[in-house]
Amino acid sequence: MKQSLPTDIVLSAENLTKKFGSFTAVDSISFEVRKGEIFGFLGANGAGKTTAMRMLTGLSNASSGKGTVAGYDINTQSEQIKKTIGYMSQKFALYDDLKVWENIRLFAGIYGVPAKEIAPRTDRLLRQLDFEKERNTLVKSLPLGWKQKLAFSVAIFHEPSIVFLDEPTGGVDPAARRTFWEMIYQAADRGITVFVTTHYMDEAEYCNRVSIMVDGKIEALDTPGNLKKQFNAQSMDEVFHQLARKSTRKAD
Amino acid sequence: MLHYLIEKEFKQFFRNTFLPRLVISLPFMAILIFPLVANYDVKNFNLSIVDSDKSPYSGELVRKIESSGYYRITDVSATFDDALKSIERHESDILLEIPVHFEKELVREGKATVLISSNTVNGMKGGLGSAYLSSIVADFNSEIRSELMQVSRGRQVPAIEIVPMYKFNPQLSYKVYMIPAIMIMILALVCGYLPALNIVGEKESGTFEQMNVTPVSKIHFILAKLIPYWVVGFVVLTISFFAAWLFYGFLPVGSFVTLYVFSSLFVLAISGFGLVVSNYASTIQQAIFMIFFFVLTFIFMSGLYTPVASMPEWAQAISAFSPLKYIIMVFRLVYLKGSTVHDLLVPFAALSGFAIFFNSWAIMSYHKKN
Repeated sequence: MKQSLPTDIVLSAENLTKKFGSFTAVDSISFEVRKGEIFGFLGANGAGKTTAMRMLTGLSNASSGKGTVAGYDINTQSEQIKKTIGYMSQKFALYDDLKVWENIRLFAGIYGVPAKEIAPRTDRLLRQLDFEKERNTLVKSLPLGWKQKLAFSVAIFHEPSIVFLDEPTGGVDPAARRTFWEMIYQAADRGITVFVTTHYMDEAEYCNRVSIMVDGKIEALDTPGNLKKQFNAQSMDEVFHQLARKSTRKAD
Repeated sequence: MLHYLIEKEFKQFFRNTFLPRLVISLPFMAILIFPLVANYDVKNFNLSIVDSDKSPYSGELVRKIESSGYYRITDVSATFDDALKSIERHESDILLEIPVHFEKELVREGKATVLISSNTVNGMKGGLGSAYLSSIVADFNSEIRSELMQVSRGRQVPAIEIVPMYKFNPQLSYKVYMIPAIMIMILALVCGYLPALNIVGEKESGTFEQMNVTPVSKIHFILAKLIPYWVVGFVVLTISFFAAWLFYGFLPVGSFVTLYVFSSLFVLAISGFGLVVSNYASTIQQAIFMIFFFVLTFIFMSGLYTPVASMPEWAQAISAFSPLKYIIMVFRLVYLKGSTVHDLLVPFAALSGFAIFFNSWAIMSYHKKN
């Protein structure tokens, strides 16, 4: 699906703010994400990443500020946004008591993939993932690494313009993480923009650009290479530590 | 889009190892067992007799009591105190003392006294036991009087005898009264509480949030949750009708169409109630306690166990807010009396009101976004 936008900006936020009572979880953040980009959205626990992501995906209303996703306004057009995005949360969210093919069919149907295309595309997907033997397996009996791969494939099955991944590789072993990132690259090559949060700094190095949130604000935003130069650091890990030290919020 | 969601709900329902079996066996179990145990037709009172007279008349009275079928003479004591001890030992529930000179006074003075004393720890049982016993004694009394008077005056005594005619439930069977109510309880469970718990279950597992970032609209999400349970609910209701006929030969005097029409209204109301609960509860534990709280109130205020008319006035006012009250009333009336929709306009209006009220509340309290 090609988006005909005036620019190649798929996602933008302008002074986006979320307050819970007197607590400002997200404090006036502004950034842009371009088409086909892998955008890393980093920050310590409690820095406001998930809250920001919930506003962008239409799960939560912004207290103030503006934003667009795939050309739609997050304040007024969240239902249109939902048709053009994919989402995979840190809490694994396929149906455990449905089989692999049934989960694919359900989400494909929900996103309006034409009925006669679902079956052949499911076959192709299972072949690519080398999952053909697991077609009739209940999702709850799959190993975690496989579940995450499946969840990601389901999240991009309808060819969204942007996919949001909230700590997609939490608790997954290094080998599975690696294959997972290969899948992310393949998706980006197909033109799907990837918006990903993670706690693994080696994964941050794989992103085209990363932003680092500290106490609700974006403190740094650039390519991993430029950030390392700017902070005079050897690795993204060091960059992260330098910034995270400034935090006054207690991590949870 | 809706059919994908409904398909999913049915797959999950039938894949559940527990629910389908429960749904099929519940109406059979409930209709077979509940009416047998939840029964006010008290029988087998244990009776202690203190017969200090030991005359033909006192003997006749005892035989009459025994032959009534309600009493088992478990103790024959010489004194009132001994008989009381047998009540204390839980060997008897009620005692009858026939004083010395019972027969002599009855013949000579035309009246005599007996003492009935009952254990009312269980008030219901004690009350009924002494009431039955009094009526047997009264009956005995009128027989004796007419016999004695005939002897003395040689003519019939004019007497007024009251013969009650019980309409609609001639055997005064509690069972027949209970079964329609039990059917409703099961329907409420399947169509009201199960979908509520199902929705809250999705909240707990995180799939609810996953659904909220998809284009699924809230009306589709809710309908997909309710439609399968509505289908299952009507299957269960039909099984209940069948079980009542199978076990008790119990068929409604009125029409099944009336029952289904009112059931549909009730199902709309109770599933609306379930949705309200699911909107406020974020864990299954919270949902269960919320349902428990309201359902207990609904049931006690519904007239399921005790007639609404016997409640204090303030409680009768509260009972007007129990949807169960109206549907149980309708089921009892249609089953026992054969009422038609025309006779049931008040419950029809009330149930429609509940359906609108709960569903509007559910729609207003449902937030896809916070």
